[in-house]
Amino acid sequence: MAERMKVHDPRGYPPKVTGKRLAPRLESLDGKTVFLVDCLFDNSDVFMDLMQRWFGQHLPSVKTRVIKPKETWADDTDMRKQIAANGSAAILGVGL
Amino acid sequence: MAASLEQSGVPTVAVHTQVFARLAKSAALANGMPRMRQAFVPQPVVDRTPDQLRTYIEGIDPISKRPFVQEVIEGLTKPLQQEDLKGVSFERSTPRLLKPDSEENLHRLFVENHWTDFLPITLPTEKRVAEMLKGTSHAPDKIVGQLRPTYFREFWELTVEKVAVNAVMAGARPEYLPVILALAASGITARSSSTTSFATISVINGPIRNELGMNSGIGVMGPYNHANAAIGRAYALLSQNLQGGSVPGETYMGSQGNWYAYSATFAEAEERSPWEPLHVQKGFEPTDSAASVFFGGWYTHAGYGPRATWQDKVRRCLSAAEHYSPPFLVLDPIAARGFVELGFDKKEKLIEWCAKNALLPAREYWDNQHIQTLIHPLAVAGVEPYATRLKAKPDELIEIFEAKQINIVVAGGETQGAWKMISGDLRATVSIDAWR
Repeated sequence: MAERMKVHDPRGYPPKVTGKRLAPRLESLDGKTVFLVDCLFDNSDVFMDLMQRWFGQHLPSVKTRVIKPKETWADDTDMRKQIAANGSAAILGVGL
Repeated sequence: MAASLEQSGVPTVAVHTQVFARLAKSAALANGMPRMRQAFVPQPVVDRTPDQLRTYIEGIDPISKRPFVQEVIEGLTKPLQQEDLKGVSFERSTPRLLKPDSEENLHRLFVENHWTDFLPITLPTEKRVAEMLKGTSHAPDKIVGQLRPTYFREFWELTVEKVAVNAVMAGARPEYLPVILALAASGITARSSSTTSFATISVINGPIRNELGMNSGIGVMGPYNHANAAIGRAYALLSQNLQGGSVPGETYMGSQGNWYAYSATFAEAEERSPWEPLHVQKGFEPTDSAASVFFGGWYTHAGYGPRATWQDKVRRCLSAAEHYSPPFLVLDPIAARGFVELGFDKKEKLIEWCAKNALLPAREYWDNQHIQTLIHPLAVAGVEPYATRLKAKPDELIEIFEAKQINIVVAGGETQGAWKMISGDLRATVSIDAWR
């Protein structure tokens, strides 16, 4: 029988994950303002413009506004406040 | 950003391309929001025409196999279930020691868990790690810092002992540990998950180069020295293991990968350089030992000389450099002395010349994918020098790098007056002595 070795785990220490609840969903998008967040990745502005056109053609009762954060990757708190104050929902894209 | 919006009470759907499905899922879990609403479109979005993107919107989500817009609308309107409301909290501890097993099985476990670079490793037994820890005066449980694969991932914490474990795996010797700890403490990962396949290249300066017998001569950037090779490999292994992984599709998204990621550490040839060493330029004393971490590795240009037409050659290399990743030059001492003979008696003078001659028509600069994504928003916000660059007419030549972004290192064996221009943004120069 092969000798059993005791070795260290090479991984670091992950942070504790704290559960966060999702925001309540809307009953309907009718009459609501949906912010289309252009995450600034290449061509995501075109994608969000097309999303806006899609809503205009297929769900005209939904108001849409395209918005951009100040910087790529940044959690733009001013933008977030603006969406929370003036919108009912958000679609982010395209990217993480 | 999607998680923050949800926390602000805004129902949100995040749209990704399909190749990010696994990563998006694991990032949502790490955010405590595993049921975050996501919708997917085909890859790529970059360079697709509006007509092509319209077919994405009107087509099928390649992950759920349902209409994309249905995924989006239901993501905002479908009532939440009990599981959505509570989120998921959990501890993710990693044990100090693994379950004892045979050497063969442990080697297989390390490979299967993506804890290696797929080359043989030295198993980190308690005895070997204890021996490695003799290389530093710091306590094993001292926190060295934290690392993460990219901006939107969570930081993982690392201790002296965990760094030592990875140093053993890389085949390092105890006396290398202060250098490896310094690199770990830089907070810069050598295993970035960027789709662009960044790598790090580290330059070591000061007395420790000679104490460890590091190579700054023949084959300096190749596999010809134990300390260079093992330190670089240790930095790479500790980055992937201590940051929470570097697994393709999940915690690594580099489309093409990068050879520099195996091991890329070398010493500057201070004694044979006509110029000030890199670490002294960055504020350290010549008697200090320091490590500089360049984040890049996208391109490598090569040249010889300087010959009569060197200016044309270097200008072409500079304009061909990926605009988002500034260059650092590695000059053989022969080439460095050649530039001194041309009047560049300080590194700074050659750096200044490079900055003035790194020129590109504005339209070409702004058409670059990374400049468009990462720099254009800053230019629009008025951040200099980008705002001035944005004002240039399309055919106007603009300087694409600032002098402070360009660096020079002298290294090589003087068998040839060679030089390299390598993609590398100098992210940090850190003390090695602090980790002795």
